[in-house]
Amino acid sequence: MNMATVVNPVTERENYLNQEYGVRSWLLTTDHKRIALLYLASITFFFFVGGLFALLIRLELLTPAGDLVQADTYNKLFTMHGQIMVFFFLVPSIPAVLGNFLVPLMIGARDLAFPRINLLSWYLYIIAGILMMHAVLTGGVDTGWTFYTPFSTAFSNTKVIEAGLAIFVVGFSSILTGLNFVVTIHRMRAPGMTWWRLPLFIWSMYATSIIFLLGTPVLAITLTLVIFERAFHLGIFDPTRGGDPLLFQHLFWFYSHPAVYIMILPSMGIISEIVPCFSRKRIFGYSFVAMASIGIAVLGFLVWAHHMFVAGMSIYAALIFSFLSYLVAVPSAIKVFNWTATLYKGSITFSTPLLYAFGFIGLFTMGGLTGLFLAALGVDVHVTDTYFVIAHFHYIMVGGAVMGYLGGMHFWWPKISGRMYPESLGRLAALIVFIGFNLTFFPQFILGYLGMPRRYWQYPPEFQVLNVLSTAGSTILAVGYLLPMAYFLWSMRYGKHAEPNPWGAAGLEWMTPSPPPTFNFEETPLVTWEAYDYGNIDLPKEVPVER
Amino acid sequence: MFDNFPLWPARASTTAGNVDALYIFLVVLSTFMSVAIFVMILAFAAKYRRRPGHAAEQIEGSTILEITWSVIPFGVFVVIFVWGAVIFFQERTPPRGATEIYVVAKQWMWKLEHEEGHREINELHVPVGRDVKMILTSQDVIHSFYVPAFRIKQDVVPGRYTTAWFRPTRPGTYHLFCAEYCGTQHSGMIGQVVVLEPSQYEAWLSGGGTTGSLASTGQALFQQLGCSTCHRSDTQGRGPNLAGTFGKPVLLDDGQTVIEDENYIRESILNPSAKIVSGFKPIMPPFQGIVSEEQLNALVAYIKSLNQNPSGAAGSPTLLPAGTQPQAPKVQ
Repeated sequence: MNMATVVNPVTERENYLNQEYGVRSWLLTTDHKRIALLYLASITFFFFVGGLFALLIRLELLTPAGDLVQADTYNKLFTMHGQIMVFFFLVPSIPAVLGNFLVPLMIGARDLAFPRINLLSWYLYIIAGILMMHAVLTGGVDTGWTFYTPFSTAFSNTKVIEAGLAIFVVGFSSILTGLNFVVTIHRMRAPGMTWWRLPLFIWSMYATSIIFLLGTPVLAITLTLVIFERAFHLGIFDPTRGGDPLLFQHLFWFYSHPAVYIMILPSMGIISEIVPCFSRKRIFGYSFVAMASIGIAVLGFLVWAHHMFVAGMSIYAALIFSFLSYLVAVPSAIKVFNWTATLYKGSITFSTPLLYAFGFIGLFTMGGLTGLFLAALGVDVHVTDTYFVIAHFHYIMVGGAVMGYLGGMHFWWPKISGRMYPESLGRLAALIVFIGFNLTFFPQFILGYLGMPRRYWQYPPEFQVLNVLSTAGSTILAVGYLLPMAYFLWSMRYGKHAEPNPWGAAGLEWMTPSPPPTFNFEETPLVTWEAYDYGNIDLPKEVPVER
Repeated sequence: MFDNFPLWPARASTTAGNVDALYIFLVVLSTFMSVAIFVMILAFAAKYRRRPGHAAEQIEGSTILEITWSVIPFGVFVVIFVWGAVIFFQERTPPRGATEIYVVAKQWMWKLEHEEGHREINELHVPVGRDVKMILTSQDVIHSFYVPAFRIKQDVVPGRYTTAWFRPTRPGTYHLFCAEYCGTQHSGMIGQVVVLEPSQYEAWLSGGGTTGSLASTGQALFQQLGCSTCHRSDTQGRGPNLAGTFGKPVLLDDGQTVIEDENYIRESILNPSAKIVSGFKPIMPPFQGIVSEEQLNALVAYIKSLNQNPSGAAGSPTLLPAGTQPQAPKVQ
């Protein structure tokens, strides 16, 4: 499988990285690929800030007594861990980095439809990030990432308005990214790139963008109302002023439940790219996988109140939301079955991206199945607001979304950087992340069923054993996350130069050099094949990576 | 077997066994599904790993398979949904004649008051085998009343009553947690539920001194606040006669009918003009900020005690199925 190595193509050929140099050329760029890298740097920064908070939380929970930090500090740590990880890492992660980089490349376009708006959305993200970090450094917030009222509007003495404003602004960054993707996918597909030939990553980006556009404004409205009630003492959510605290929860979850699909749909798209490539097969049931993404995006808007079964809502409303929650589980199950079926009669190479994809399928399956527990009304009453919920959504949002993100980063890193990462270290890191993740979060399912409530700074001593396991796992997980960070940086200088198509993958992004030229393609591609048509496109029969 | 490493908390209520049965079913189902998928992935990965001379076989998909693996999971989901809903309806429907306990949550303690007038803080004594209905409200932020051993949890929301019920089955001392984040000492807002044998409970009841039952405290307040001058026990008052009205439909001046439940009484005291009983004038002053949560509970208990027939008159029109308590009041 040795392919002839092209001698140092990067220094010889002009590409998006070396076309211009200097800070100005980055800060004023309108190239979607450079903006993707700006996002990559920004979200990586926030990932490590949020991760640091997570480690402090786990260290505090090593012992039952509240001894490492003060109660107020602990409350701020879990609040800011949640806010930063959700709004500044998970929501923008795949769309703003890989989506930004890949959407034009995958559909054969020169750039996104609105390159300047794309840059604007990064600047909005940075403004929001500065606001958030200012709130963090000048005292922090202690409302929980959910901002529940009336605690957030009338009782908390922390930087609620500033953090709310930060999340308000970062929401507009998402909205603009979503708008850009929708228009680009509609208007800028290369000739022959019909809707049914779109890579599934594009379908998932399209579904995600719909949620960005329809859901995020509701978050903005909700936070505005919180800020207004807190600043001007209006009676919206506070019952002593005639408001209704449950109204807040309805509004908040109307965005924040679909936001879970903002985090998971892009990862599903990545898995749908990786699995066919490394099994050299077209994906099983293309149209079902594509429509499952749209189905999840639509049904995802109809299940928000399953977060509120014990909140004091009508039992009949609970019944409806429980049923709809089971409905949304069906398209997720369809995807898992189709990925599994794609492996059948393939020719499978166990490269790093595929290991992450396997990890994703396993952890997402467990996260999805434990969702069935939470949607079952009678069981939810016992496990909601306990560590069971914590474990469940980390299986989806970390086990699922972050595994997908890392799988995608490894898959497209040769395209993005023009360099190969060290393959054996990559596999090792994937294994460490998988083991560390399970050790961290699996004990929390048991902990939750035993009754340990979430957001507890101190806890009864009988819960300690499981908490120690969880903390031990989190240190392993941290190593698993630092490792790729280190070797990606290393590879930018020392990595082997990447071929245009190191995996022999189908998809337009692989038909242009690595890294791509500024305008992506020398000439506009003409698409005459179906997505993942590994049987007919002139591609190597095996993944041409050196072993 | 699992004494040192338990997988579930003590089962100490009639609900606990039902919840655990569904939970165990779900664990078995999930394990089966996970193992099935993992085994398939690993088997395919091993069997179809790249080997010289073996190319992948291109398969487009199969509509029959897609339908199969959509419809079968959906069928299973419906079973879980119905099973979970049945348990939930039992959990949310307090039996008639349950002993009532009024709970006021505040940052960061639980204040509990028995019908007999006993007050407790962060500790609740109940007898084994008796239905207990909690009527919960909060003085400040949202809290959540959670007893893992009973498998019950109910958010405690300021400005309204929520209810929960349980029937303890095993004497012992169990955790009472606040499960909704409520500020600095959220994790310190814990207490215990002490389930006693009936005889021990009687002894406990006779031990503590009280100032009379909750309803009698309410009656005194009813006089003291001047409520009794308008809400007279005849038909001549400027306000409606409250005797025997609890649990029954009330006709309002806009033609709507509401069931007089705890939340309705609460609203009618704090903000009387929100709903005016047909035939009366909106002359009652609001008591928002004048009566405390504990006083409000006493007034509610008193008005409920005015019922001759506490479970509602037979044959009277009801808007809700028998036995259900309205959970989502249309306050504000």
